[in-house]
Amino acid sequence: MGFVRVDGKDKKHKVVLYALSTCGWCRRTKELLVEEGVDHEYVDIDLCNGDEKEKLSTKARELNPRGNYPVLQVDDRVIVGYDPDKIREALA
Amino acid sequence: MTAGDDVEKTFAPDVVELFHRLDREAREGGYNLNPDKEFTLRLVEGLVANQKRYGYWQCPCRLAFGEKAKDIDVVCPCYYRDADVVEFGACYCALYVSEEWIAGKVPQRSIPERRPQEFIDRGYSKPSPAEPAGAAPAGGLKLPYPVWRCQVCGYLAARDGPPGVCPVCFAKKDRFERFL
Ligand code: SF4
Repeated sequence: MGFVRVDGKDKKHKVVLYALSTCGWCRRTKELLVEEGVDHEYVDIDLCNGDEKEKLSTKARELNPRGNYPVLQVDDRVIVGYDPDKIREALA
Repeated sequence: MTAGDDVEKTFAPDVVELFHRLDREAREGGYNLNPDKEFTLRLVEGLVANQKRYGYWQCPCRLAFGEKAKDIDVVCPCYYRDADVVEFGACYCALYVSEEWIAGKVPQRSIPERRPQEFIDRGYSKPSPAEPAGAAPAGGLKLPYPVWRCQVCGYLAARDGPPGVCPVCFAKKDRFERFL
C-alpha cells in the first residue's frame, strides 16, 4: 500500500494526507477532501510494510513532531487533526 | 427494524458483537460510546483489525510500535481516556464521549494528543513493580496488603495481586500497577 491518488476539480493546492486506516478522524478528513472536490493524495501508514512504513512515519514526524494523525499538508502548511474550519481555510 | 440495525448489517458479525459488548460495559462503568453508530462501529472494526494484526486492541488512531509492552498505555481503553473525556468531551479517537459531547455542547473534532512525547518517541516505559507508583503511606504505616491501581480508571484494590479484570472499566490485569 502506498499513496492513493484522488482526482478532484480543485487543483489550486498540492494536498497530501498522512493517515491511519483505522482512525475515525482520518476518515472524516478523507471525506471532507472528497466533498470539497480537492485533488489530492493520501496514504494509510499503518497498512504499509517495513521500510515504507518507516519512511512515511518519519516524514509525518518531520511535519508533526508530536506524532499524531491525521497530518494534512496543503502546500507549505501543515494541519494536524481533523479540524474542518482550519482545513477549509487552508484550501480556500 | 431501526436505522441502527441497518448500519450494523454492513459490518462483520464479530465487529457488531464487540460493539454491543463495549456498549454494555461502557454503560456499566459510567462511560458512553459515541452515539454516531457508524463512526463507532468503524472504530470497533479498527480494534478487531488491530487485534488480528498486533494481538491486542491497539488504539485505532495511534500508530503502533507493534510490541505490546511499548503500546500498553494506548491499548484500548487507553490511560488517557478518562482525562480526555473530562477535558475535551471525548477520548482521542472519540470512541468514548461525555454527556456534553452527546448534547452537542463541545466541538466534535480532533483533540490534542495527551500521550507523553517520550512514549510516542520510544514506547511506553513502566516504573518497575518493585517501586510502587504512589507515595509511601504517612507515618511509616505498614499495609497488610499491597494496593494495585488500574491505570485506565484509577480503581484501587488492596489484595495480594491485581484482579483479572477491572470491575469498573473492564481493563485487563496487565493494566494494573503496584500503587502502595
Ligand atoms: S479509549 Fe483511548 S485507545 Fe480507546 S479508542 Fe479512545 S483514544 Fe483510542
